[in-house]
Amino acid sequence: MASLDSDAVTFRASGVSKNFGPISALDGVTLELRSGEITAIMGENGAGKSTLLKIFTGDYIPDAGTLTFDGVEVHFSDPAQAHAAGLRVISQEPEIVPHVSVAENIYVGSLGAEGLFFDRRKLEKRAASDLARYGFDRVISPSTIGSQLSAAQRQIVEIMRAVIDNPRVICFDEPTSSLGDDEVAMLFALIRQLRSEGKAIGYVSHRMNEIFQLADRITVLRDGKLVATKRTGDTDHDDLVRMMVGRDLSQLFKRDRQPAGSTVLELRNVATDDVNGIDLVVKAGEVIGVSGLVGAGRSELMKAIVGDLPIRGGEVLMNGTAVRFRSPADAVAAGIGFAPEERKAEALIMQRTVRDNIVLAVLPRIAKGLVISSKAEKAVAVKYIDQLRIRTPSSEQLVKNLSGGNQQKVVLARWLALGPSLLVLDEPTRGVDVGAKAEIYAIIDQLAQQGVAILVVSSELPEVLGLSDRIYVMAGGRIAGTVDRNDATEESILALAMTDTSTPPSSAAA
Amino acid sequence: MSTTKIRYPTGFVAAPSPLRKVLTAVGVQNISLLIAIAVLVIIIGTQNPLFFGLNNVRVIGTAIAVTGLLAVVQTVVIIMGALDISVGSIAGLTSVTSAMIFTVAGPALGVAGAVVIGIVCGLLNGCIIVFGRVNPVIATLATLAAYKGVAQLVSDGRAQGYTGANPFFIFLARGTLLGIPTLIVVLIIAAILVHLVLRYTSVGRNIYAVGGNDIASRLAGININRYILGVYMMTGAVAAIAGILITARTGSGQPVSGSEGLELESITAAALGGAALKGGKGTIMGTILAVILLGILTNGMTLLDVNAFWQNVAKGALLVIAVVIQQLRSKERRIGLPA
Repeated sequence: MASLDSDAVTFRASGVSKNFGPISALDGVTLELRSGEITAIMGENGAGKSTLLKIFTGDYIPDAGTLTFDGVEVHFSDPAQAHAAGLRVISQEPEIVPHVSVAENIYVGSLGAEGLFFDRRKLEKRAASDLARYGFDRVISPSTIGSQLSAAQRQIVEIMRAVIDNPRVICFDEPTSSLGDDEVAMLFALIRQLRSEGKAIGYVSHRMNEIFQLADRITVLRDGKLVATKRTGDTDHDDLVRMMVGRDLSQLFKRDRQPAGSTVLELRNVATDDVNGIDLVVKAGEVIGVSGLVGAGRSELMKAIVGDLPIRGGEVLMNGTAVRFRSPADAVAAGIGFAPEERKAEALIMQRTVRDNIVLAVLPRIAKGLVISSKAEKAVAVKYIDQLRIRTPSSEQLVKNLSGGNQQKVVLARWLALGPSLLVLDEPTRGVDVGAKAEIYAIIDQLAQQGVAILVVSSELPEVLGLSDRIYVMAGGRIAGTVDRNDATEESILALAMTDTSTPPSSAAA
Repeated sequence: MSTTKIRYPTGFVAAPSPLRKVLTAVGVQNISLLIAIAVLVIIIGTQNPLFFGLNNVRVIGTAIAVTGLLAVVQTVVIIMGALDISVGSIAGLTSVTSAMIFTVAGPALGVAGAVVIGIVCGLLNGCIIVFGRVNPVIATLATLAAYKGVAQLVSDGRAQGYTGANPFFIFLARGTLLGIPTLIVVLIIAAILVHLVLRYTSVGRNIYAVGGNDIASRLAGININRYILGVYMMTGAVAAIAGILITARTGSGQPVSGSEGLELESITAAALGGAALKGGKGTIMGTILAVILLGILTNGMTLLDVNAFWQNVAKGALLVIAVVIQQLRSKERRIGLPA
């Protein structure tokens, strides 16, 4: 930690401002990324983190302020200039060329530098040695095709693209939002290795635990302004939340539950193409957590429950009667709402209004015959905008203009409007800021109170622990174990999640 | 709006000005089309006063009726995120079959038979796309050729069946309703019906939804296969009506000559009218304005003795300019292929 006190400033943004029309996205923000240090950049969605990173990449040109490398002023007007200066930003959802290999994906910008013809074998060898250098050789093969990569592997490719250029500054933009815990551990080892090599590292994340594990310094932004930069040792969880939201959020999880009612959904020995032998029960008024590592089959199981993936064996009972949904339309008709993991790609129609998105599943209900009553439609939209406190100027705003948290509330509003008996939520707070997170937890709790049965898939252990009445832990396409709320700890869940899946779960779980 | 307790994030514009309200009601896109039409009318009108004659307005109207019909349904297909290149061939096939059926069974069965054939053609397009998993452009490119071939086969490649003496077909081609030519009335009715369906029914709303995000629509419980098949069948039916109008105008069934190239004109009009090829966006109002603009352009250039080859260049240039202006306004970054 000696470098903390030295003046080895590698990269500095001073007084950076950026306006979009009348909206000020950044207002005089100063940030230092020092060589051999990890600086966390925190703030709610809309605080200006993304704008700042886009200035670093040359995507945006700041209206005011300067960027300097070791005191020398630099100007980026496109990403190539930022790369050349030695600054890389690892994006949250990396662009992967689907039909070519990992090796080609890694060197995508530098192909052709060695002449017109490229030697696949040589390239893959080079990729293998670069992967090995950073300890990724066992999790990703250079010849794998882009479209077959998991979210974690895509992230690795993106990181490899950056580190092979040997940059001086690397910024990570919420790198763990799609990773499971073991992959997070691997990523952290890499980031620490980069730090020890003397890189200056910027790390944007919403996850407190990660910040305290990793960061040397923490910079907090709020509403486009710098709140403070503190050393990690000089602050704590509550202090950070206060700085980010300007208020205290000590009670993130408020619980006010009724005793569970009758069984709403029961799975008996259900098998799909991805999971096997699933037994699961959700009762009215219960929140059931589904935990596990990425790739354990959680999302696939959810999609099978809502009729989007075929069920190959076993029984599904809804309110005691056997059902077999052939499409999500059947599941919706049976009163099941589903908020998928990929909010933008699978849940929202981004270029349509908040109203359109909220009423999507209940259109037949607010139509007389085929004709929609625009009054009834608007009433439904406004009701849920109010109830869920969706921050939007009006129901006619386009969904793409809302923040991540409010977009997620629009998805929830769609299903609340349906009045579901079962709600399936896959990573409901992914990419959502702390304030909106607390609101979403409160909504979930309230729904359970009203007797809705709720299934929540989450990669964030504190979230699963805080919300759930019972937690099913999945590993390798099976239920590795079930933990009751009172017995659940992060350790007990992790232990189950890392169950060796080559042996039957009953003998592996202690 | 003031009654609801909505907290405004910093920086949002609170109350829209009256001018902005009018602009959003008509649509910025449509206003630029209206301006283009006005400019064109002034230029052509000052060069050739014949342009303003009631007779010429009627000429323009009847000339755009067939293209307009196809453009209206093409807009629906595009809003759904797909494309139908085969509409011209369906119109050709139904033109010739309507005349042939008419010759043996009379006008009512001629019309009904053509519409049924159009619907079957549309259903086949939809099935190839949904169940054969073929990209809509490729699927309808294939049926564009195939339906044209069928039309040539059944007609032996020649015009068939003389309808020029039948009062019903004469009414379609040259008759009027309330003083408005029948051809234009058919277009107006179709445009209004489709507009109402898109704007005010759950069916229309779901078509926008499927085009905007098909996965989200499916997960929200919309049977998207049914929509795709339905829209292609509706397109086939309307293309058949266009085919019947071609028959009426020319006095006999035309396998190819009356309909070739209409698919491209319909796509041109829809794109000019603001429909986004990636789906989820577009209006019948915009498409109709675009059809009128193209009609006036063609008519005006003919009046001004512009050579037909230059007319094609002008139409192409207009489309490029219009779409470039749209895209520049969308502020998309100029890198790689457009989104």
